[in-house]
Amino acid sequence: MAKQKTILFACGTGVATSTAVNATVTEAMKARGLTFNALQCKATEVPSMADNVDLIVATTPISASVKVPVIKGLAFLTGIGKDKALDEIEAALRK
Amino acid sequence: MATTLMEFIDPAAIVLGAEAGDSEAVIRLLGGKLEALGYVKPSFVEAVLRREASLPTGLPLGYARNVAIPHTDPEHVIKPGIALAVLSQPVGFANMEDPDETVPVGYVFLLAINDKDKQIDMLQQIMDTIQSQQALDALAGAKSVDEVVSVLGGKGDVAA
Repeated sequence: MAKQKTILFACGTGVATSTAVNATVTEAMKARGLTFNALQCKATEVPSMADNVDLIVATTPISASVKVPVIKGLAFLTGIGKDKALDEIEAALRK
Repeated sequence: MATTLMEFIDPAAIVLGAEAGDSEAVIRLLGGKLEALGYVKPSFVEAVLRREASLPTGLPLGYARNVAIPHTDPEHVIKPGIALAVLSQPVGFANMEDPDETVPVGYVFLLAINDKDKQIDMLQQIMDTIQSQQALDALAGAKSVDEVVSVLGGKGDVAA
């Protein structure tokens, strides 16, 4: 079995929207039979934390210097494009 | 649903038909209420304004009147709560995902958050409300705080 992947959830404060998005994604991936390690941080902390994660889900713009794939998390707040974002996260976790 | 958004919104911090010229005026209006009601420290409003300038919170929903959820770091918060403004005329907030873009906002939820692990419910309730056009329409039509309480405090379903 592949090593469990880690998703870093980022937002402006690291406490508000990233918490909501983390909860939504965790629940949705569980329904798809997938689990992962979840980390949360402020957008400004992403460059220092990105090395140890497989995927970033962010509700704010992320520095272009970050090489880890970034999925836009705004879909989980607005509901617009939510299924597509979940499919992308699932694909990344199954890689 | 076990909880509703009204468990977190203080009825005394609801402003209907709010007149505000810009996003700063709304944040000052609602922040002043949260401070007077003992939810946040005097440093809260300025901290929210600073944060809004660099990391904005406008959420584009594709409506004429969208939602913003200004907030800031836990150190400015005394206890968790939410203030709500339904604006008479939309004001511009920058888009959370694309700060160069302006989103016309008609509903502002000012969030006081200090412990993310205990406030997941509150955040999920906010998201459910944002994603319900029916709930937002009902808020826009609400004539009194009691009506807002029945819209947001309904047991799971939104009373339109």
